[in-house]
Amino acid sequence: MVPLNWYLILSAFVFSAGLYAALGRRNAIAVLMGIELMLNAANINLVAFWRFGVTPAENLDGQIFALFVIAVAAAEVAIGLALIISVYRNRRTVNLDDLDLLKG
Amino acid sequence: MPELPFPLPPLPTVQQVVFVGIALLTVVGSLAVVLARNLFHSALGLVAAFFGAAGVYIIAEAEFIGVSQVLVYVGAISTLITFAIMLTRGMMFGATSPRNRQSGTAAIITSLTFIVLMALMNGINWPEASEPIVDGQAIIAGLGRAFVTEYIIPFELLALLLLVALAGAIVLAKDRN
Repeated sequence: MVPLNWYLILSAFVFSAGLYAALGRRNAIAVLMGIELMLNAANINLVAFWRFGVTPAENLDGQIFALFVIAVAAAEVAIGLALIISVYRNRRTVNLDDLDLLKG
Repeated sequence: MPELPFPLPPLPTVQQVVFVGIALLTVVGSLAVVLARNLFHSALGLVAAFFGAAGVYIIAEAEFIGVSQVLVYVGAISTLITFAIMLTRGMMFGATSPRNRQSGTAAIITSLTFIVLMALMNGINWPEASEPIVDGQAIIAGLGRAFVTEYIIPFELLALLLLVALAGAIVLAKDRN
């Protein structure tokens, strides 16, 4: 049996990688990939805590949460990529350093 | 020798060895997402990370989540991302840096987050063993039942959200001219 700590270390690493991609990458699509990584890290945590909870066979809330996260992530990536394509059509770039229209 | 953040078990079981292999695949994949210069290599790393996460779910005996992960993430989201990369390939190649202006700060914040998460984890007395799941405990049936009884309203709202997201994506990506 895999200790709970191992899941948590893995998910902490994946979350940190996703956070760096979301904050430090220049391409908007790479930022979306980072967000997907962070959502995956959350899912790993949810499943691990479900497995180590009391009566995992009856108490399925962790798995249900993970399924909701997967569905919301699918919706989010569809909207995000549509936004990126729309921005690319208007500005001819997805470079986040150039997209500072709202900067005062 | 520096102290490990978790006590090493005396002899790793087969499950643990498989978990470490899958975790390494996930780690390498997420590192590729973060560090690759070519955006397409990032997308391939993302697929590897998704597969690794699916393996982790299956090791944790959440088979349905693992299958959903492969269907939704590997099947749909990776394809969408690859399409978006190809549609916006204007700046995909070239000698430009993959990092933006604030990447130094981002690296500091990220490593601090990781360190804080590890320190928090180290201080908590986690449960040592999980309850075994024996054959015949219908987990997937339980999931289905929960979705149509206890979680019926969130489930229906989720269906509506997906429909709205579908329509919104079409409207946003449509060429207005």
